[in-house]
Amino acid sequence: MATMSGAQLTDTARPTLLSRAGWLLAHAGSIIALAIAWELFARSGAVTPFQLPTLSSVLVRIWNDAMSGALWLNAGVTLYRALAGFAIAAVVGIVLGMAMTRIAIVRWFFDPIVSVGFPMPKVAFLPVIILWLGVYDASKITMIVVDAAFPVITATIVGIQSVDKYLIWSARNLGASNREMLWQIMLPAAMPQILTGLQVALPIALILAVFTEMVMGGYGLGGAMMSASRFADSRGVFAGILEIAVLGYVLVKGMAILRRRLLMWHQEAMAPSTV
Amino acid sequence: MTAAIRYLPLLLIAVAWETASQLQLVSTLALPPLSDVAVAWWDLLKSGELVTNGIASLWRAGAGLFLSIIIGASVGIAMAWWRPAQIVMGPLVEAMYPMPKSALIPVTVIWLGFGDGSKILLILLGCMLPIAVGAYNGARGSDQALVWTARSMGASRLRMLWDVVVPSATPELLNGIRTALALSFILLVSSELIVARSGLGYLIGSLGSNGSYDAMYAVVLTVAFIGFAADRLFQIFQNRMLRWQQ
Repeated sequence: MATMSGAQLTDTARPTLLSRAGWLLAHAGSIIALAIAWELFARSGAVTPFQLPTLSSVLVRIWNDAMSGALWLNAGVTLYRALAGFAIAAVVGIVLGMAMTRIAIVRWFFDPIVSVGFPMPKVAFLPVIILWLGVYDASKITMIVVDAAFPVITATIVGIQSVDKYLIWSARNLGASNREMLWQIMLPAAMPQILTGLQVALPIALILAVFTEMVMGGYGLGGAMMSASRFADSRGVFAGILEIAVLGYVLVKGMAILRRRLLMWHQEAMAPSTV
Repeated sequence: MTAAIRYLPLLLIAVAWETASQLQLVSTLALPPLSDVAVAWWDLLKSGELVTNGIASLWRAGAGLFLSIIIGASVGIAMAWWRPAQIVMGPLVEAMYPMPKSALIPVTVIWLGFGDGSKILLILLGCMLPIAVGAYNGARGSDQALVWTARSMGASRLRMLWDVVVPSATPELLNGIRTALALSFILLVSSELIVARSGLGYLIGSLGSNGSYDAMYAVVLTVAFIGFAADRLFQIFQNRMLRWQQ
């Protein structure tokens, strides 16, 4: 532990160019090592190409998909569904969360629904949603909204309830109207929590976009993977995993950057980031 | 009585459901009356289908979760405790964490087939990371004063790991496990919906394609209830475990 705290002290010191390069190398090092291990293991003959195709052949496959345009079409469709569902879930979640903290009857009606619904595995309702809305975008996006809205609702409620009461009293004292209270005090003060809720919801949206595509087929990275799997085309399956992993990584990192941007004014931005 | 008022909205929804389909306001095909669903549930229970498939599902979820707790907690604590582990595992965890785990379903099938193995592996891979991250954050945040005190009283490194670092990692670790518990149900049901020959997800899929929608609803509600109940039980366990904290 002592060595850990020593290392952390040097981390918080101003990063020199050299230490940055070293950090990057250490960071990429284990991923490169994993990639080399994959290639060597797949070539060693211990596994069949069906079980584990070589990384190079998977990369060639991704390259070909990118050249033919199939990759961009599928990735675009998946991204569209995930982000559309995420955006609707964000708006519904924030509005409902705020309404629940402010309007007694809304709270009374939705509180048990949220507390029972949040821990439920809502994917189980997918066949029901398909029954109602068919197998196209409407049912996929609905499934995403149903699942991704819950963390946003609870985060909004927690955020608004934990707004510093001196802040509220001061604003009231200075004559803030209800509307001003909401837009200038409550929402900004609850923003860190709400963003945390959104950061939980975003990966959920992507998980469900891929999963609903797998179940219903059609365009999209999940659908492409599933049809590759049906034709025992394991290169296509592994290519899909890499593509989806990169998409997930980019989205989650983008969200973290957005958070830093939006919370520039908050104390949090000054603190060193965790993980 | 307060609980009755609190959960009244759920009852209202159930009543609305029943009347809407009894009065044919919605197609009874899309929404069979709740009473029919209850009858179908009872039939499934009597025929034993619900029980055998339920046990199959719970065994997969339990085994996957158990393995992911052991592996995830060890990885997380090792990362906080031992610098080289952090250098090697940190980037991997960071790169894998945002990956939508449902993408792994076809691969686990390629590796382990259609049976229990592929589901357990999927749950293990999916649930390991939130647990590892929880354990890492918890262990890293252990109070320096405690560590120094234990050191000055002559605790060995291993002793300190067990007596200081692990207990202080527990709250975050338990939060990680709670996330993983919810995730395990999601992964279980989704993998069973896509490829399986038993389990509750499979039962939902096969009843749906047979057109016996009242029975399908019954199983869907059962799965939802089991997920909810598991979370509540874990919450009780969590509060009990953390009683020393207050």
